[in-house]
Amino acid sequence: MKRNRVLSLCAGMALAIAAGGAHAGKEDDTLRVAFSGEAATLDNYKIAGREGLIIARHLFDNLLYKDLETNTIVPALAKSYRFVDDLTMEFELRQGVKFHNGERFDADDVVYTLNMVVREDYGTRYRIVVDWIKSVEKINQHTVQIHMAKPYALALEMLAGPLPIYPNDYFESVGANKFGVAPIGTGPYKLTDVTPGTRWVLEAFDDHYNSSPKGRPAIGTIDIRVLPEPNIQYAELLTGKLDWIWRVPPDQAGKLERRPKISVLSAPIMRIGYIHFNVNAGTEDFPTRKKKVRQAILHAIDRQGIADAFVGGASKVVHTACNPAQFGCTQDVVKYDYDPDKARALLAEAGYPDGFETELVVVAPRPQAESVAADLAKVGIKVRLNEQQYAAAADRWRAGKSVMIFSNWGSYGIGDMALITSNFFGGGADDLVQDAQLSQWLNTGDTATDASVRKENYAKALKTIAENAYWMSMWNFNVNYATNSELNFTPHPDEFARWFKSSWK
Amino acid sequence: MIAFLGKRVLVAVGVTLFITFLTFLLLFVSGDPATALAGASSRAEDVEKIRVLYGLDRPILVQYAEWLWNAVRGDLGQSLFFQLPVVDLLAGRLPVTLTVGVLAMGLALALGVPLGIVAAVWRGGAIDRFALVLAVVGQAMPTFWFGLILIVVFGMMVPVLPISGADDWRGYILPVVVLGYYAAPAIMRLVRSGMIDALQSDYIRTARANGLLGPTVLLNHALRNAIVPLVSLTAVQFGFLLSGSIVVESVFALNGLGRLGWESIIRSDLPTVQAIILVLSGIFILLTTCADILTAWIDPRARMQ
Repeated sequence: MKRNRVLSLCAGMALAIAAGGAHAGKEDDTLRVAFSGEAATLDNYKIAGREGLIIARHLFDNLLYKDLETNTIVPALAKSYRFVDDLTMEFELRQGVKFHNGERFDADDVVYTLNMVVREDYGTRYRIVVDWIKSVEKINQHTVQIHMAKPYALALEMLAGPLPIYPNDYFESVGANKFGVAPIGTGPYKLTDVTPGTRWVLEAFDDHYNSSPKGRPAIGTIDIRVLPEPNIQYAELLTGKLDWIWRVPPDQAGKLERRPKISVLSAPIMRIGYIHFNVNAGTEDFPTRKKKVRQAILHAIDRQGIADAFVGGASKVVHTACNPAQFGCTQDVVKYDYDPDKARALLAEAGYPDGFETELVVVAPRPQAESVAADLAKVGIKVRLNEQQYAAAADRWRAGKSVMIFSNWGSYGIGDMALITSNFFGGGADDLVQDAQLSQWLNTGDTATDASVRKENYAKALKTIAENAYWMSMWNFNVNYATNSELNFTPHPDEFARWFKSSWK
Repeated sequence: MIAFLGKRVLVAVGVTLFITFLTFLLLFVSGDPATALAGASSRAEDVEKIRVLYGLDRPILVQYAEWLWNAVRGDLGQSLFFQLPVVDLLAGRLPVTLTVGVLAMGLALALGVPLGIVAAVWRGGAIDRFALVLAVVGQAMPTFWFGLILIVVFGMMVPVLPISGADDWRGYILPVVVLGYYAAPAIMRLVRSGMIDALQSDYIRTARANGLLGPTVLLNHALRNAIVPLVSLTAVQFGFLLSGSIVVESVFALNGLGRLGWESIIRSDLPTVQAIILVLSGIFILLTTCADILTAWIDPRARMQ
C-alpha cells in the first residue's frame, strides 16, 4: 500500500513535469517577447533603455504621432494644431478619450504633464527632449498652448515621440516613483502585472480611443520578460515558448532562419558606427592633428568588407556624419574610398613614411575593432585597442585624452540629423573641434522652421566635416528580429517595436 | 567563551565594514557612476545633472560616511536605477537566491556525504573511482556551460523542464542541479579523506575489537569525527553558492539577488550594490561564525582551544 502511494506520487510528479510549458502565441492570443536588458521605470521621461521606452509607447499616447509608413506627423490626442506665432503652438484636444483607470483626458493632463517634466528638478533624462518648452498654458478644457523657449525644428517630432501625456489626478495621488511601477495612460495596452525590472504583462485596453493612429490592438495579451542569456532566448523561441526576440547577431540569425516556424527579419536603423578623431583637443601631439593622417585613415579601412563580414544584413558604408535616412543628411560630400596605396602616400606626405603607433579607444564589438586594426596595420599604423565601457570612454573623450574613438550613435531613433551631427560638432562637450562657423551652421539647422534653410545649413556643415576628415562614419546598423512565423510584425528604423500594429496570421 | 565570541563578532563587523568600503571605492574606480547612470547617448549636460542630483560630485569619503550612517540606522537608500527603496528590491529578490542556495546545498550534501562514505569504505573500488570522476568533472566544468548543456537536453531535446524563470517549483530544478553539482565534489572529497583517516585510527580498531557492529562504528564513531571539518566547509561552500548564483541566475533568468547585483554593478547603482554586498557578506560572516560555534559543540577538543 505504502509502496503504491510512493509510486503514484512519482508518476504524478513526472506528469506535472511533462505537462509543463504552455505553447505560446496564437492559441492563447498571448504574444510572448523577451528582452536582454532590464527596464527600470516606466516613467517615459526617465527611461534610458530602449526596452522600457517600447513598453511605454504601448501604455501612453502623445499629442501627435509619427506615421513611419507615410513619414508624416499626424494628430493623436490632439485633434489639430497650428502655430499662433513663431514661438507659440496651439492644440485642440480630442474629446471622449479615457485613461486606463477611467480618468477623462483633457487640457489639465497636458498642462500638468508637460509643465512638470520641463522642470529642472523633475529629472527628465534627456534635456534635449524638453528644453525647448518654456511653459504650457490651458486656454480652455480642450485647448492648450505651448510656449517655446527657443525656435526648435524638432518640436513636432518630440511631441510625437518622447513626450507622452500622463493623467494628472492619478499621478498627483501616487507620486512619480509609484507611477514608474504602476503607470496609467491612454494607450492601446494597459499594464496588468509587473515585477519591477524584469517582467510586464500588458492587456489590450478596450476603451482605447477611436480614430487613434495606433489603431485597435489585434493581440489580447503581451507577456514581456527579461532573459539576459541569449541562448535561452533562442531555445525558448525554438520550443515555442517565445514569439518575438530582437538584436539577434548575424550568425545566429542565419541559423534561426533555417528552422521551421521561425521568421527572421532584418531592418536598418538610425544607429551608425563611427571613428571620431581628436583634431585639436588636449595637450599631447596626436598624429590625428594632421588632416592628411585623418584622410589616410579614411582610405585605409575597408569599411564595406568589415560590414559584410561582421555587421551583416544590408549594412552599407556611410560617408556623412549622420545616417543617410535622416532629414538633412545629404550624401553630396567628399567620399573616401578604400585605397591603401593612397593612404600610404598621404601618410608619407604627412611626415609618417613608416607609419606610427597610437591608441584606438573601442566601444564596439571586438571582431570589428580587430578588423579595423588589421587594415590600419597594412598601411603602417599600429593601433593598440583599448576596450572601454561607454561611460569611461565618453569621459576620456570629453577630457581630450583620446586620439581616436570607435563607437556608435543611435540618434535616439529619430530620423533627423539634428540628433547626431550637432551633438558632435555643435559646440557641446563631445565637440572637440569647436569650430564656431561649423557650430553656427548646425545651430541654424536645428532651430530654423523652414526645411530648405535647414537643409542648406546642414549641407554646409556636412561638407566641411567631410573635407577636413574630422570624422569617419563606418556603416549603418541593422537589427535582426526572430519571431514565431505566425506573427505579423513590421520592424521600423526607429527601433520601436509596434506590437499594437501586430497580429496573428 | 564569551570573550572568544566577542572577539569574533568584532572581527566580523570590521570585515563587513572593510568590504563595503572597498566596493564603494571599486565602483568609483571602474568608471564615473554619473556617466554610467546617464546611459549611452547621454550628453554632457545630462551627465552633469545626474551628478548633482545624486550628490556624486562630493568627495568619496563624505559619500561613504553618509551611506554608512544611513545604513546603521536601517536606511539602505533608494536604488538609483529603479527609483525604489533598496529594501523593497532586496525583499523581493533574496528569497529566490536563498531558495536556490539552500536547495543546492541540500543536494550537494545529499550527494557528497553518502558518496564520500561509500568511497572511503570501499577505497579503490569501482564506486570510489566513479566518485572521483564525478568530482573532477563537477569541479572542472564551468557552471554556465553545464547550465547550457542541461538547457539543450531538458529544454530542447526532451523538453520536460522550464529553462527560464521560476513561475513554479519546476523552474528551480535545473539551477539547483547545476549549483548543487558544483558544490558536491569538495564535500565528497572531504568526507572521504576524513573517513579514511578515522577508519585507520586506533579508537575505531578498539571499537571493532570490542565487538561493535560495522554500521554503528561507521556512523557513530567514524563519521562523527569525519564531519567536524565538514561543518566549516559547508559554511564556506554556501558562500560560494551565493556567488555562483550570479551566473546561474543570469543563465536561467531567475529574479534573484545575484543577478540584481551583477546588473547593478554594470549600472553603477551604488546603493543597490552596497546593500547586496552588505547582505551577502553578512550572511557569509554569520554562517562562518555559526560554523565555528557548531564545531565547538560537536568536537569537544575545539572547545578547549
